[in-house]
Amino acid sequence: MGVIEDYGSTLLLLAIIFGFFMAWGVGANDVANAMGTSVGSKAITIKQAVIIAMVFEFAGAYLAGGEVTSTIRKGIIDPGLLATDPELLVYGMMASLLAAGTWLLVASAYGWPVSTTHTIVGAIVGFASVGISTDAVQWGKVGEIVSSWVVSPVIAGTFAFVISLSIRRFIFGAPDAFVAAKRYLPIYVFFVGYMISMVTLTKGLKHVGLHISFGESLVYSAGVALLIVGLGIIGLSRVKRVTKSDQLDLVNVEKIFAVMMLFTACAMAFAHGSNDVANAIGPLAAVNSIIESGGVVGAKSATPNWILLLGGGGIVTGLALYGYRVIQTIGTHITELTPSSGFAAELAAASTVVVASGASLPISTTHTLVGAVLGVGLARGISALNLRVIGTIFVSWLVTLPAGAGLSILFFYLFKGIFGTG
Amino acid sequence: MAISPLFNQLFSRSPVAPMQEHMKVAAQAATEVQGYMAAVMAGDWDLATTLGKHINDLEDEADDIKRKIRLSLPRSLFMPVSRSDLLELLQAQDRIANLAKHIVGLTSSRRMSIPAALAPAMEALVEAAVKPANVALEALNELDELITTGFSGKEVELVSAMISRLDAVEHAADIKEAELTRLLYSLEKSLDPVDVMFLYRLIEWIGDLADKSQTVGNRMLYLIAR
Repeated sequence: MGVIEDYGSTLLLLAIIFGFFMAWGVGANDVANAMGTSVGSKAITIKQAVIIAMVFEFAGAYLAGGEVTSTIRKGIIDPGLLATDPELLVYGMMASLLAAGTWLLVASAYGWPVSTTHTIVGAIVGFASVGISTDAVQWGKVGEIVSSWVVSPVIAGTFAFVISLSIRRFIFGAPDAFVAAKRYLPIYVFFVGYMISMVTLTKGLKHVGLHISFGESLVYSAGVALLIVGLGIIGLSRVKRVTKSDQLDLVNVEKIFAVMMLFTACAMAFAHGSNDVANAIGPLAAVNSIIESGGVVGAKSATPNWILLLGGGGIVTGLALYGYRVIQTIGTHITELTPSSGFAAELAAASTVVVASGASLPISTTHTLVGAVLGVGLARGISALNLRVIGTIFVSWLVTLPAGAGLSILFFYLFKGIFGTG
Repeated sequence: MAISPLFNQLFSRSPVAPMQEHMKVAAQAATEVQGYMAAVMAGDWDLATTLGKHINDLEDEADDIKRKIRLSLPRSLFMPVSRSDLLELLQAQDRIANLAKHIVGLTSSRRMSIPAALAPAMEALVEAAVKPANVALEALNELDELITTGFSGKEVELVSAMISRLDAVEHAADIKEAELTRLLYSLEKSLDPVDVMFLYRLIEWIGDLADKSQTVGNRMLYLIAR
């Protein structure tokens, strides 16, 4: 208790700084996952990608990021054991932030694919189980989270597979693919718009002060989705045939998919913001709630507005400063992805991530997107995929979780040593 | 900061473009046989030698592309078509270029002279035998559209129609080959026996150009059918 009284504001300030830099890292590093497919298939320019990312990542983080933030903040640790020594939780959360930030830097330098989500979760489980006690961890929730890491790419893949097959049947199989595309694609946009609105309205708007019943959400979401579809139809009506022939002229159809990719890119950025902002501000929110309440762990309050704003702001800053350069270096191999395949993959991935955010599960957007792309590949929509990537994903799990845990344990004892207990 | 290297690793260079490039070279080698045979029948061996060398160069180029494709297909590569089917298609394509080279070799090594009585029929055969190669090229150029549409019904119908057309032109070439063979048979007693045997072989090989092109079409059907 004494530590909280004496050093509370210092610790909070440190946590804010760490949290902001983490959010910065999330914005700069992970944005390519959200925008990569759209830029790679030349559906949007890099400049458009950065602007879309900035607007929608912030929106996703602020409007729909609350649930996952709650999980990181208080879902993994059992508050009971820490009631007497709340400052340990503060040290631990700060250590987790620092560990994740460090690991991100190291991995970026070596070009390893790491997931910020896995690092943070590994870090929290690490300091709690080693630094405090294995009973401090809610292993049931952790099990749920870990299984969601396996399940989300599979679900995204299945979803992408189904979407690809439906595109093949209804659009490419139609007598005039161009007309069919203009007619059917708005339906896909409606479904994604509806799902994102539902998640935002049912889970996200509590801290903005709006309370909408589930029934009202169903109706409002339909309204929002229809609005988005309207925008989509306007955009589509501007697309004219470039060439005219009797044969299946795919150039025209791909142009339509390119316009639709704008929507999926927005959805993907929103989804990414909603799930990954928690990596940065979840620990910060935990620290804040303890210090605000003068040492009470696991307070029931919702995540404060300013923390979500800080998270969103950090992501946008990272995007603005580094995003351009980062997206530019997207590998040329991604150009093998056509707009139609990219559309299916992003749609599936964005939906899966948003639903996971609504279910308060922190998942890896990268792995989900990889799963979605593999789903499209299974539907015979992509000419060459490297299956070694699956092995790389497994290896990254094996490496990232211990690394995150190890680093956070290190920093935990460091903070404990500096600031003391009791 | 490195961006998701995972995503970079996920996608690999597609073999489709090199496959189409290889077929383009093979079809060109076959097409140039027409000009070459015209020079041979005119007795212009300077021109024939130049044209023949170019056909050899094309066959070498095809071999280079073939080698590169084979090296770029590891087992961990996941494609919408079977790896072995793709490699067999490549082999079928390559046989066209090889045959063109053999035809040049056969005629030039013997400084073959085509009897005037056979010339018109020979010209007709060469023209008919070369056509299937270009139809096969058309079909192969649809390979990336096939993948983009996920092997959808419409695109598959389109390619199947092309392959049916390929069968038809191959059949036409077969007829020309049979005609020329009968003609040679009627003249063989009046010609040098050794020359006659090699003429039969030449006719067979030129007819084979059409057969090999049809094989390419068949292999494409295997790809689609998976």
